[in-house]
Amino acid sequence: MDSGIVSGIVTIIFIVVFIGIVWWAYSKSNKQRFEDAGKLPFEEEDDTPAKKGDKQ
Amino acid sequence: MEATTYNYKVVRQFAIMTVVWGIVGMLVGVTLAAQLIWPELTFGIEWLSYGRLRPLHTNAVIFAFGGSAMFAVSYYIVQRTCQARLWGEKLAAFTFWGWTTVIVLAAITLPMGYTSSKEYAELEWPIDILITVVWVAYALVFFGTIIKRKVKHIYVSNWFFGAYILVIAILHIVNSAELPVTLTKSYSAYAGVQDAMVQWWYGHNAVGFFLTTAFLGMMYYFIPKQAGRPIYSYRLSVVHFWSLNFIYMWAGPHHLQYTALPDWAQSLGMVFSLMLLAPSWGGMMNGIMTLSGAWHKLRTDPILKFLVTALSFYGMSTFEGPMMAIKTVNALSHYTEWTVGHVHSGALGWVAMITIGSMYYLIPRLFGRESMYSTKMIEWHFWLSTIGVVFYIAAMWIAGVAQGLMWRASNADGTLTYSFAQVLNTMYPFYGIRLMGGLLFFGGMLMMAYNVWQTVRAGRVVNDAPIPQAVYA
Repeated sequence: MDSGIVSGIVTIIFIVVFIGIVWWAYSKSNKQRFEDAGKLPFEEEDDTPAKKGDKQ
Repeated sequence: MEATTYNYKVVRQFAIMTVVWGIVGMLVGVTLAAQLIWPELTFGIEWLSYGRLRPLHTNAVIFAFGGSAMFAVSYYIVQRTCQARLWGEKLAAFTFWGWTTVIVLAAITLPMGYTSSKEYAELEWPIDILITVVWVAYALVFFGTIIKRKVKHIYVSNWFFGAYILVIAILHIVNSAELPVTLTKSYSAYAGVQDAMVQWWYGHNAVGFFLTTAFLGMMYYFIPKQAGRPIYSYRLSVVHFWSLNFIYMWAGPHHLQYTALPDWAQSLGMVFSLMLLAPSWGGMMNGIMTLSGAWHKLRTDPILKFLVTALSFYGMSTFEGPMMAIKTVNALSHYTEWTVGHVHSGALGWVAMITIGSMYYLIPRLFGRESMYSTKMIEWHFWLSTIGVVFYIAAMWIAGVAQGLMWRASNADGTLTYSFAQVLNTMYPFYGIRLMGGLLFFGGMLMMAYNVWQTVRAGRVVNDAPIPQAVYA
């Protein structure tokens, strides 16, 4: 196998992997999951201002 | 008993040291810029010579300033988005003292002239071992916290931090493989072109994973928080993550265009560098579009200005980088001031500005204040930094292109048109403008230090923030 064929095969594998990732990220079944994950920074109360109180 | 608060102590320590090391590193940078204009500036003292201060500058700004910032924000974000206290209390404290020791050792050994001569990996083997130990502790604390998370998902910032921690460990161990001769001298395990390729595989991925992936994790948390809305497209961030990290790994050879490296490897590096434009700009758009509907906040909020301007510089330098990796462009740009300009457009414009913005968000929260001592000073800091970077990179663009053209100019008989000294002479005005830009940026950092000092002073009584219990318990 010469290097040209190897390059070709590797290129095809990379493209397939990339399409796979895009398909996975944008598939309908994962929509809710990713939307939930995106809200994580807002899932809790903001910590300003931290409550004054005992010394740590 | 289960912990009821987050571990903010280690975050506070790293956040304060970020500001301290930022000032130290940039002061050395400004000194270097002045030395290029006045070579006798440091009276010929060998410890302060250009060749020894230069690695001190790069190590201080990348690993001390950038590193401390990454420890601080990754520890903060991983706790808050996992809703769990840091795993390994003592180990986390060790990462702070261990990392700080590494930095102090660097500040002592580099001016003394101890160096392994590998760019961005100059530290000698005993320090390399300490770095490895600290990094393993860092990985344990970080991934330990991910494992004990109370929420189902792992937020995208943590994916970026995870990739950064993992890849930096691999890069450091592979590139620092060396044969110790004495306590202060070692030789690389590699030789010749293999050594060069390993070095730039390391060097480029240090930029890719330390200065990009890690700081993108920062961006994915602080921009949504400061803008008050979730990231524009979480699904795009997933594609961004995988494609960016995958492609970055292969771009290193662009540092070795027209060298003894095999031609196919040079072309490979060029092609992957060009491909990097897509995920880089995808990520930038994702960050900027998060502001859609909240653009008015940019007018009044200097912290948001820092974060968004950082993204703009990120977009600029990730366009410039692939362009400079094209062989024919590289033939002109390589070894010139253009490269220095490109690096600082990324380092000051992107890394430093996203860090500064994040620190202004973080520090009041860590010290129990509602906001920084002075918002007006943040606004001033923003403009000083922005104008400083623009001066810096514009001067270096012009200087670099002029330098490249003058070096390659030849007469009809094949002799060089310009001598080295003539080219150097042309550089002087631009070196002056660069120094001015650097001074402006440095001045902004001093202002930040004062602002942080006043904030911390007034907020001494602090609590670690409570972990939400009800929802997931």
